[in-house]
Amino acid sequence: MGYLLMIFLAAILTHNIALTYLLGMCPFVALARNLKTAFGMSIAVIFVVTLTAAINWPIYHLILLPTGSELIYYIVFIVVIAASVQFVEMVMERFFPPLQAAFGIFLPLITVNCVVLAVSLFLVLREYTYIQSLVFAIGSAIGWMIAIVVVAAINEKLNLVGDVPKGLKGPGIIFIIAGILALAFMGFGGMVAIK
Amino acid sequence: MLLKKIFGSKGNKTIKNALWYNHPIFSMCLGICSALAITNKVDNAIAMGAGVSFVLIATSIIISPLRKLIPQRVRIISYMITISSFVIIVDMFLKAFFPVISVKLGPYVGLIITNCIIMGRAEAFYSQNKTGLSILDAVSNGISFTVTLIVVAVIREILGFGTLLGYKVTPGGWENWVIMAMAPGAFFVYGVLIWIYGEITSR
Repeated sequence: MGYLLMIFLAAILTHNIALTYLLGMCPFVALARNLKTAFGMSIAVIFVVTLTAAINWPIYHLILLPTGSELIYYIVFIVVIAASVQFVEMVMERFFPPLQAAFGIFLPLITVNCVVLAVSLFLVLREYTYIQSLVFAIGSAIGWMIAIVVVAAINEKLNLVGDVPKGLKGPGIIFIIAGILALAFMGFGGMVAIK
Repeated sequence: MLLKKIFGSKGNKTIKNALWYNHPIFSMCLGICSALAITNKVDNAIAMGAGVSFVLIATSIIISPLRKLIPQRVRIISYMITISSFVIIVDMFLKAFFPVISVKLGPYVGLIITNCIIMGRAEAFYSQNKTGLSILDAVSNGISFTVTLIVVAVIREILGFGTLLGYKVTPGGWENWVIMAMAPGAFFVYGVLIWIYGEITSR
């Protein structure tokens, strides 16, 4: 139990997937301009990351490893991710139309969000058990959400005050804000340690 | 002028777009995950740049001739499968010949699959243009990406470790800027480079 909590906290604070591993940056830069979009996207990410981790772990350990075909795990993982994103989209369209209208545009984008694939790859590299994998997946997704929401909020406030140099507007200033936030997150270092 | 003579006006435009006007990293902000994460050492940057360029070129050779055969609805997943097959080749190549770099790059080799440059070029260019032009586009985007990675890695390695490709280049008494070798350094270097690019292009 203690170790699970440690994995969870490490994934959010000390080993934040956006600010330490620099993953999921493409949607990060594109969406961190608006607080509402950033929040919508990160809810969708939490959902998809947990779902794909829950599917990919059994596939890797129960099918690929016993048959000695772990070489092709990249292909298998990416197909699982693309398929589950498509499936979630279809289910939502059929049963929860308002929800689909709310994050409809984010779902197709998630397939190429590095966070989703990265979490699945980390599960394999760090040899987590099933429960640890789920906790790590949720923690990483929440960590990503915290990073993007904070950056989006700072960016919105900054635009109100507005004195950003012309060439720095847009992606440039988001990088600088994220850099300062990453510095701040380094302050959590040493709080929890995982391998 | 010379480029126009060799590649024709369309090819000339493709090259110029990839190298400057639609620069994959600075102008479109594509593929920055791997670009940010591995640029603390120059040798990592070269390996990653070469890997991404190889996958780009190979993908363009496969997808562009097949662009009329791939059904519209399943195109994304077929691009993904093509890309990930080549990424597996890159992964095995690095493991066999450069085991040290392979360990250092870790999961980031696999993450070439979700590198948006490849997906973005496949969707925007290779699915609509002739094979020759697509390969030209892949080569110039690959060069553009690799050069940017190397520039960032040179800055970060000199400031963060005081070395260049492992050789010491800084004078005695140099204090390493540890932050440059870590995540915040990547953000700051890219932010400043994008700023410079933005100032030049908006003029």
